[in-house]
Amino acid sequence: MTEEIIIAGFGGQGVLSMGKIMAYSGVMQDMEVSWMPSYGPEMRGGTANVTVIISSGRISSPILRNFDTAVILNQQSLDKFENSVKPGGVLIYDSNGLTRFPVRKDITVYRIDATEESRKMNSPKTFNMIVLGGFLKVKPIIKLENVIKGLKKSLPERYHNLIPMNEDALKRGMEIIKKV
Amino acid sequence: MEKELRLMKGNEAIAEAAIRAGADGYFGYPITPQSEILEYLMEANPMNTTGMVVLQAESELAAINMVYGGAACGKRVMTSSSSPGISLKQEGITYIAGAELPCLIVNVVRGGPGLGTIQPAQSDYFQAVKGGGHGDYHLIVLAPASVQEMADFVDLSFELAFKYRNPVMILSDGAIGQMMEKVWLSPQKERSKVAPDWATTGKPTTRKHNIITSLELDPNVQEAFNEKLVRKYNKIREEEVRFEEFQCEDAEYLLVAYGTSARVCQKSVQLARQQGIKVGLLRPITLFPFPYKKIGALAGRVKGMLSVEMSAGQMVEDVLLSVNGKVPVFHFGRMGGIVTTPEEVVENLKSKFLKG
Repeated sequence: MTEEIIIAGFGGQGVLSMGKIMAYSGVMQDMEVSWMPSYGPEMRGGTANVTVIISSGRISSPILRNFDTAVILNQQSLDKFENSVKPGGVLIYDSNGLTRFPVRKDITVYRIDATEESRKMNSPKTFNMIVLGGFLKVKPIIKLENVIKGLKKSLPERYHNLIPMNEDALKRGMEIIKKV
Repeated sequence: MEKELRLMKGNEAIAEAAIRAGADGYFGYPITPQSEILEYLMEANPMNTTGMVVLQAESELAAINMVYGGAACGKRVMTSSSSPGISLKQEGITYIAGAELPCLIVNVVRGGPGLGTIQPAQSDYFQAVKGGGHGDYHLIVLAPASVQEMADFVDLSFELAFKYRNPVMILSDGAIGQMMEKVWLSPQKERSKVAPDWATTGKPTTRKHNIITSLELDPNVQEAFNEKLVRKYNKIREEEVRFEEFQCEDAEYLLVAYGTSARVCQKSVQLARQQGIKVGLLRPITLFPFPYKKIGALAGRVKGMLSVEMSAGQMVEDVLLSVNGKVPVFHFGRMGGIVTTPEEVVENLKSKFLKG
């Protein structure tokens, strides 16, 4: 099993940290992982993206042109990465701020209104965990318990009191994601 | 003691591995994309655990000369930087090579020339392998292709540096420096309490002075020293060549790539084979000494080779020397901080060898 994922959105949306939690969760499940961030000028205001690969075997290239799954969190990222999803692959997007929606017919498209949901839940910072929950519903490659373990590993101990809130967000994401 | 599993960036892995390898000192100056090495060491503050010195120097020049001083005392010392910073260090590096001192220099390469870009590149191959500084000298150059190797090569570098009394360079790039992967860390080694017999640690009455210098005004003596260096480099060429083969057994075409490009090319090999093209990958792990003989031997079995580098074509010259005209050799690479994708490599291979 190999899952090649791109997560893309604005800097500050928790794109890199969502990828990091995915990678830690993969480690907790005894998988091979790689996490390759954009660290260039785009990070300093503008779009940020990260390539995460989770595999049961040795990972070859950490840099990819095509992905099994694209998690898209703003318009620029949709424009840039919609065509990078492999035929038969998955695209997950948050509709917040989007004026043009995915058009491809040879992939499965899911919508998750995580921005809106995180506002409703009164915790905008759990936005990326709602998205991650949605991803895990569509691609159950990591068990929820290992994601929680991954969260514990990637968060400094002083934030461990926030883990139940993040767990709620993960579960809520699993509920609200829907096929388009 | 068991190994410890962590998820780390390549830069962090180098820093942690340095502490665990029992390094005595790190002297550096920040520059993207390798600043995490200095940051990690500063935060870890190993002075309180192993007694390792970590110091942010006032400049790259100061840092490399602190390494020169530490190495002259027989200590396990290192520095790290990225391309423009490594250029600044070249004077110190050639003096260290001329004084036959062991040390580790890490270059997390970014695009050039000049200040260039902060994104990954492999355009410092010539500088690392063919000299960089003046005079007839060589560094031993190791090219990690994973976060695990970023960690493993620190200890290996110190081992080789002291074995040959020669500076060792880890030639990495921004992609491996910034990416996170699983890494198994070795247990903590104790720092060495014994200085090598050539070290300048104060003269007891029982022996003559130890002199560390790269200056010799008598040409006959200097030539004899140059010949000694040649013998050392030849021994390194004989004994320290390292490489990895990936599906070379039945390959009709061979990719040659190191570091990040080698990871990209592993996937290219898989993609090409799905299309029925038998491609293999030879990954040099040591860039000096270069695996000339191995690539020369493979040249007798394949129809052509493609050197894949994030540069305008540097290592390809050594591939050409290895092949010595037996089969066609081409270069493919992206520049300016752009990393080649696996698909691009396959497309390029097809356009070079399989057109029509």
